[in-house]
Amino acid sequence: MDFEPSDEPVALKILIAGGFGVGKTTLVGAISEIRPLRTEEVLSDRGIGIDDTDGVEGKTTTTVAMDFGRITIREGLVVYLFGTPGQERFWFMWDELSYGALGAVVLADTRRLTDCFPSIDYFEQRGTPFIVAVNCFDDADRYDAEDVRSALDLDPDVPVLMCDVRRRASAKNVLITLVEHSLKVLTASQS
Amino acid sequence: MTRWMDEEAGPVVRPYALVGGRTRSSGDALDLVALVTATGTTPSGGFVPGPEQERILALVTTATSVADVASEIGLPLGVVRVLLGDLQDHGLISIGRASASERILKEVINGLRAL
Ligand SMILES: Nc1nc2c(ncn2[C@@H]2O[C@H](COP(=O)(O)OP(=O)(O)O)[C@@H](O)[C@H]2O)c(=O)[nH]1
Ligand SMILES: [Mg+2]
Repeated sequence: MDFEPSDEPVALKILIAGGFGVGKTTLVGAISEIRPLRTEEVLSDRGIGIDDTDGVEGKTTTTVAMDFGRITIREGLVVYLFGTPGQERFWFMWDELSYGALGAVVLADTRRLTDCFPSIDYFEQRGTPFIVAVNCFDDADRYDAEDVRSALDLDPDVPVLMCDVRRRASAKNVLITLVEHSLKVLTASQS
Repeated sequence: MTRWMDEEAGPVVRPYALVGGRTRSSGDALDLVALVTATGTTPSGGFVPGPEQERILALVTTATSVADVASEIGLPLGVVRVLLGDLQDHGLISIGRASASERILKEVINGLRAL
């Protein structure tokens, strides 16, 4: 028997990935209440050229602001959006971000399509359900979803859609497409 | 010095001073969306919560995600994880996480449509 107490609070995590300037922060802001969140990056002693043998006291960190938004579906059911930091030195955060994630939106810009390769590779390897949302910038040439799919060499079951993340309705549609895809993946894994 | 400052990073700081230079491994129960709830018990073993921990305890009288705790308290995630770990070790909070079911995902889809 499937026992699910309806009052048990549930918090879900959706990741927003893609290259620098592709619209991650804009998407989170268009659809959710943005909240301040900082994490810290420990600068390795080797990386900053200091020969520190004193241990933890000498540990230097820099704080990094993260894109973080919250959508309350109802009391006790909240969806959190996290933008994945774009720079390579933040890869260490991706594992913890994607741990238990419902899915990921990979934002793409057709003028710089290769920028989203690392994200796609990452989620494919990790088995995180993802979709590709092409953020249509005003001065970019128009392509259709199938062009993008073949350029990115995506599996046929990965949804690809066009969007304008500045528009709330479009941002909403992106998230709905992702959760529908995650639901499909979940259902398939159970049958 | 550009290594020390960039668009996504603030100035170099030492927030770990607050927690004695300790870190905690990630990927465990202190996931960003794990839910923290105060147990309401008195601290065991002579443990006295610090001022930040008192603020956390006041915040988590209802279930609150780790990310929301960090955001509300205004401290970086790593520091908050250590503070939460101490509270958990002394039985002052419980940390849990419910996984998404089909029913929940359908509810989310409908909820997003209604936004
Ligand atoms: N024309 C256009 N500009 C956009 C769009 N999305 C984002 N921008 C702009 O592109 C810039 C970078 O977006 P941002 O969300 O900061 O990218 P991030 O680096 O991925 O977080 C900002 O100035 C946005 O206003 C879009 O769909 N169309
Ligand atoms: Mg950004």
